[in-house]
Amino acid sequence: MTWVGQRVARKEDLPLVTGTGTYVPDFNLPGTLEVAFVRSPLAHARILSIDTAEALSAEGVVAIYTGPDIRDQVHALVLDQEAAPPGLETAAPEIYPATIEILADAEVRHVGQAVAAVVADSRYHAEDAAELVRIDYDELRAALDPEQARLPGAPIVFDNVPNNVQARYRIRVGDADAALDGAEHRLAMKIRSQRVMAAPMETRGVLASTVGEETTVWSSTQIPWAVRNSIAGAIGVPQRQIRVKIPHMGGGFGQKVNVYPEEVLVTYISRALHRPVRWVEDRVENMIASGHARDQLHNVEAAFDGEGHITAIRDRFVLDSGVACPYPLSSAYNVASHFRSMYRIANFSIDAECVLTHKMFNLPYRGAGRPEAAFVMDRVINAVAQELSLDPAEVIMRNLIADEEQPYRMGMPYRDGHEVVYDASGFPAAFERLLELIGYAEHRRTQTQLRAQGIHRGIGLGTYVEGTGVGPFESGQVHVDAQGHVVVYSGCAPHGQGLDTTMSQVVADAFGITPEEVVFRAGDTALLPYGVGTFASRSVVTAGAAIIESSNRLLKRIKAIAGEMLEMAPEDLEVGAGRVRVRGVPSRGVSFKEVYRAASPGPGARLPEGMDPGTAERFYWVPPTVTWGFGVVGAVVDVDPETGVVDVRKVVMLHDCGRVINPLIVEGQIEGGLVQGIGATLYEHVIYDESGQPRATTFLDYLLPTSAEVPEIIQEHLVGTPSDRNPLGVKGVGESGPISPPAAIANAVIDALSPLKIQLNELPLSPATVAAAIWRAGG
Amino acid sequence: MKEVDVRLTVNGRECTARCEPRTTLADFLRGHLGLTGTHLGCEHGVCGACTVLLDGATARSCLMLAVQGQGHEVTTIEGLGTPENPHPLMRAFSEMHGLQCGFCTPGFILSAHEYLRENPRPDRQAMRKDLSGNICRCTGYVKIFAAVERAAELMAEPEAARS
Repeated sequence: MTWVGQRVARKEDLPLVTGTGTYVPDFNLPGTLEVAFVRSPLAHARILSIDTAEALSAEGVVAIYTGPDIRDQVHALVLDQEAAPPGLETAAPEIYPATIEILADAEVRHVGQAVAAVVADSRYHAEDAAELVRIDYDELRAALDPEQARLPGAPIVFDNVPNNVQARYRIRVGDADAALDGAEHRLAMKIRSQRVMAAPMETRGVLASTVGEETTVWSSTQIPWAVRNSIAGAIGVPQRQIRVKIPHMGGGFGQKVNVYPEEVLVTYISRALHRPVRWVEDRVENMIASGHARDQLHNVEAAFDGEGHITAIRDRFVLDSGVACPYPLSSAYNVASHFRSMYRIANFSIDAECVLTHKMFNLPYRGAGRPEAAFVMDRVINAVAQELSLDPAEVIMRNLIADEEQPYRMGMPYRDGHEVVYDASGFPAAFERLLELIGYAEHRRTQTQLRAQGIHRGIGLGTYVEGTGVGPFESGQVHVDAQGHVVVYSGCAPHGQGLDTTMSQVVADAFGITPEEVVFRAGDTALLPYGVGTFASRSVVTAGAAIIESSNRLLKRIKAIAGEMLEMAPEDLEVGAGRVRVRGVPSRGVSFKEVYRAASPGPGARLPEGMDPGTAERFYWVPPTVTWGFGVVGAVVDVDPETGVVDVRKVVMLHDCGRVINPLIVEGQIEGGLVQGIGATLYEHVIYDESGQPRATTFLDYLLPTSAEVPEIIQEHLVGTPSDRNPLGVKGVGESGPISPPAAIANAVIDALSPLKIQLNELPLSPATVAAAIWRAGG
Repeated sequence: MKEVDVRLTVNGRECTARCEPRTTLADFLRGHLGLTGTHLGCEHGVCGACTVLLDGATARSCLMLAVQGQGHEVTTIEGLGTPENPHPLMRAFSEMHGLQCGFCTPGFILSAHEYLRENPRPDRQAMRKDLSGNICRCTGYVKIFAAVERAAELMAEPEAARS
């Protein structure tokens, strides 16, 4: 049988469902010291003095570190992970690297910045002593509004970033200015995606243990290789003396795609004290000192004709980067490359500025610029329909790229420097199917009648495209071990995506074994010289390609070795059930174990002339560019016009993610992503007050969707377009869920109240926001 | 701080350990008894990851002190099943893909255990409300509902048919 395409239950589940998994906080290494941080209570201040004397004498305290203490031993992280590749020159990107101090040296730049680290024999004692560290600050004026922060006279966050503009770019496709000047109709809108956070259920955490010269660092991170390299650089030791491994990990969603100061410092302390040292972030720290996301304000204009065809888009937006975004261009540039979605819009102009403020830094969270762009684009489409008194579905349909126009060229580079060319089609058919599944025609027939009964029901629509499987590369190695097992190593960093199972299905098919028989290991820098990690809907595409290519090379190798053993031509051999067999004579063959023995160095080796020993093949896959998934989403909502409360009743999503390896896992990704999107649309908001104090610091203030908020979800995998940009024909799917809910739900609320012609251009759609829009419209 | 002896019945066994009186039940279970299947997601009583059963009823072990548990029966995820002999809820969560990262899963399974004891024939609408005390950030809950329904089927089967 073929395993690819089957709903295989996950191999990785047993420890997780029985509570025998091992997350960073679960390790029990003898003598482990625990760290608690003293963090800045102010958005911007000079540190006048730090007094640790009383804290040092507290029970259980072993050491305390401050910025000046480590100044000469531990360097700040200067993260410029985002060089502009060739091909991106037309976007004229300007980028300044992010500086992240390990401990604040002289100045604090956001509430929550680490100022001192207290190391003690227990977390309780470390926290007790942290309260005894006395710090005097001289509070300074803070830059908090990104639109103001880029103007002359604003407080400067880092001296090396002029006017606080950490990154900017511009895109010009066609001539949007001329099209707007000559337009039959035009509109202008101000649209905001609020600041949110990923809020993985496990906070960050890191445990370092030093044996001899090597420190093993277990960290809850999505990018172990980058963490290793940064730690080694910051503390000045050879990279191979640092081994970074991810144990079980309770989610990431982009918040853990970064090297954080705590990872560097905990490693440094373990090496300095020759003890295992651990820091586990608490939830309040996670909310103020782990990456936030989104936070974009768009000023968009559109030109369109009387039939609703959009002829031009001109957008200027500001992204609030917080204290220094380690990926200054990532989310910001994704806005441009995904903005026009499935639509044919010939003239497009966009100018982006990423501005530093005295808040926690902004990271690419699940979707990374795509939800923000889709919210703007599909709000614009909806506003065009409102303006022309057309049905929004009709306006979407008129602007969709037709199949005969595919592969559609968007006339601009992707972030990797290659031109955006969609490798997908079937947009109109997908959209028509959405209307059918959601009962759009029926809704239009019954909406007025329902309204007369007091039920304000609306349907809103959204579309998206998603460039997936971004480079620069990913690694894979497949080998047969001494026992005859097929063992896979990869540079990806799974933390809930089910990559063990998915990759094992692929390898099982290649070797004629079951997924259970495949040994899969990943997220450990000792496995492979190069690796990247798991983020950006990339692992099944990039690690999958590296693994299938390694598998194919290994099959060739073991057939050649078996051919030597059996005195047969490799073409006459086949592989199955852990053996290499003679085609047509299945009883004649050799086991993988025997092949391993024959391939081992030494006098017993039986290798073909000129072949090096071993039964391993490794491959680094470099994608030609991203591969494009797409989808359509509809939301059905009921709105209470008195209170502004929105009840999402149903969400329907159709999507193309190329070839599906495990439908069960893909469905889980879609459902989880959609519900995160509902959270970001209706509930979640990271609020800072006018003095730079974060106002959402617990789950009582930052509302995540619970099971009670989950609507009926209907999803359909489109029999779409297997990618020809990777050997498995797959497209990424991890981030597709959260892209369209903001637009679809906002448009649904507007539809529910259509006689009022309200506008909803700011997230989240809290009852207060919706009620205010109703009030403004005179309802 | 002065330590005290704490005696608890955990997963059917008498356990004694010395700890500071301020030690939370969660920290006691994890740090003193090594039962790390009880996870801490927020430590302020919202997320439900640290849910245990106290005399059979769900309780937030991050909001309780260990000393408050004296004289009560505590059941953690480790007491419900093991890798060798997983509880039907554990099997159902895996079968229906009711987990991704797994961090919320032990708490969810214990809440679902209480729910199924009171509602052996689960109703999805009721379940949405009754299970809303546990937050999952990965699954969007849909497959958790399916897992609880599947567990109800498995638990309704006679013992012999289960193995």
